Amino acid sequence: MSTSIHVSAGQVAASLALVALAAAVSFWRKADLERDIGIAALRSFVQLTAIGYAIKLIFEADTLWLVFALLAVMVVFGALTARSRAKKVPDAFWPLLVALAIAGASTLGLVVALGIFEATPRYLVPVGGMVIGNAMTASAVALNRLGDEMADSRARIEATLALGATAQEAARPTVRRALRSGMITLVDSTKTTGLIFFPGTMVGMLLAGANPTDAVRLQLILLYALLGSVAIAALVATTLAYRNFFTPAEQLRDLDSSG
Amino acid sequence: MLFELREVSLMRGGRRVLDSVSAEVPVGATAIVGPSGAGKSSLLRLLDRLADPDAGTISYRGRPLDSYDPLSLRRQVALVPQLPALLEGTVASNVAYAAELAGKRADAARCLRLAGLDPGFAERDVAKLSVGEQQRAMLARALAQEPAVLLLDEPTSALDHGTRDAIEATLVQLRHELDISIVLVSHDPEQARRLGEWVVRIEEGRVAKAGPLTEVFG
Repeated sequence: MSTSIHVSAGQVAASLALVALAAAVSFWRKADLERDIGIAALRSFVQLTAIGYAIKLIFEADTLWLVFALLAVMVVFGALTARSRAKKVPDAFWPLLVALAIAGASTLGLVVALGIFEATPRYLVPVGGMVIGNAMTASAVALNRLGDEMADSRARIEATLALGATAQEAARPTVRRALRSGMITLVDSTKTTGLIFFPGTMVGMLLAGANPTDAVRLQLILLYALLGSVAIAALVATTLAYRNFFTPAEQLRDLDSSG
Repeated sequence: MLFELREVSLMRGGRRVLDSVSAEVPVGATAIVGPSGAGKSSLLRLLDRLADPDAGTISYRGRPLDSYDPLSLRRQVALVPQLPALLEGTVASNVAYAAELAGKRADAARCLRLAGLDPGFAERDVAKLSVGEQQRAMLARALAQEPAVLLLDEPTSALDHGTRDAIEATLVQLRHELDISIVLVSHDPEQARRLGEWVVRIEEGRVAKAGPLTEVFG
C-alpha cells in the first residue's frame, strides 16, 4: 500500500484560486462569508502544516509513546470542541472525553489485534486521527440531540419518574433517539459511498497513484472501523451524559413549570 | 396524618415558589387550592419527591420523606401530572408498564373501568386519544400501581365541563371503591368544594388557610 507523490507549494498556492472563487461567490451574493472563508483557509493551512511537521517528527522518531501523546491531545481537543456543540448537556466534557478515549483506544486496538494494520506510527497516526475526528462529530451530534430531546421530553420523563421508574428507564427513549442521531450520518454516508461521493482516503490514494483495488479495500477498512468507532463514541457519550440531567434521588434537575 | 409539612421553602429560577409552608394533609380527600402560580404544583411535586425543598421538612405517615426510597415512594404515592404525558404505544402497554414497575399484575380492563374508560380503549394508540381520554389513561396507568395515595395536578383543567364532571364523578367513585387518599391541586375553589374533605389554600407561596372544608370555605 505504500505510495508516495510529491506535492509542491506552488500547486497548493494554485488551489487558492478555488478559495478566491468561494469568496467571490459569497461577496457577489452577499452571503457575508468572505471573512470566514479567509479564516478557514488560513487556519487549515496553519493547522495542517503544523500537524504535518508533528507527524513527520513522530514518523522519524518511530516510537509509539509519541503516537499516544498525539492521540491524547486529539481526544482532549475533540472533547472540548464537541462540548461547545452540546451546550444543553450539563458537564458534557467528561462524558465526551471518556467517549472519545474509549472509541479511539478500542477501535485502534481492534484493528491492530485483528492484524488489519501494524502497530506503527505510519498507520496509527492517520487512522487514529480519522477515528477520533469521526467519533467527535458523532458524539457531539448525539449529545446535541440529547440536550434538545431532554428539554422537549421533560413532561414525559417526569411523568415516568412519577411512576417509580429509574432515571435510566425514564430517559431510555430519549437516549435511544440521541444515539441514533449520532450514528445515522455515517451510516447513511456509508450506504451511498461510491455512488454519490468518493470518500477522502480513496481519492487520496488514487491521486497518489495507488492501484484502485487497494484504494477501495483500504477505504472499506476505514469505513467499517469508523462505523464501529462512532457507535462506541455515541453510546458511551449518551450513556454517561444522560445521568447529568438527574439527581441521585432520581429527580429531573432544574424542573421548569408553573405552580 | 398522611403528609406533614414544616417550614417548607422552595426556590426555582431565582424565585421563591414556596415560602415557609407548614400544613397537614390527612388521610382522605384533600384539595390544594389557589390561583395560578401560587406554588400548588410545586408543592405536589415535593410530596412525590420529584424535587426536594431548599428548607424545611416533609414527612409521610410520620417518617421523613427523604428516608423513603424515592422509587418505592412514588409507586405508593402516584402523581398524575396536569398535562397528559403517556409513553408511546397503546393504553394497555402504558398500564402494563406502570404495573410492572410496581410489581403488580396488570389488569388493564379493571384500571380502565376505574378511570372511566371503556375497556375497548386498551389497544388504542395513545397518540390518537383526545386530551380527556389521555387524562383518563394517565389515571388508569397510575391506578395500575395500586397506590395508597393519588396526587392529581389540575386533573380537569384542560377539559370541557361535561368531561370535567365525568372525571370528578370517577374520582368520587374511586374514593368509594378503593381505600385510597387523594390530594388534588385545583385553581377552582368550586372543584375543591365538590371533591375535598380537607382544604389547603395557597397564595403567593404561603398557606393562607388550611383545615376541614367547612372551616376553610366557611
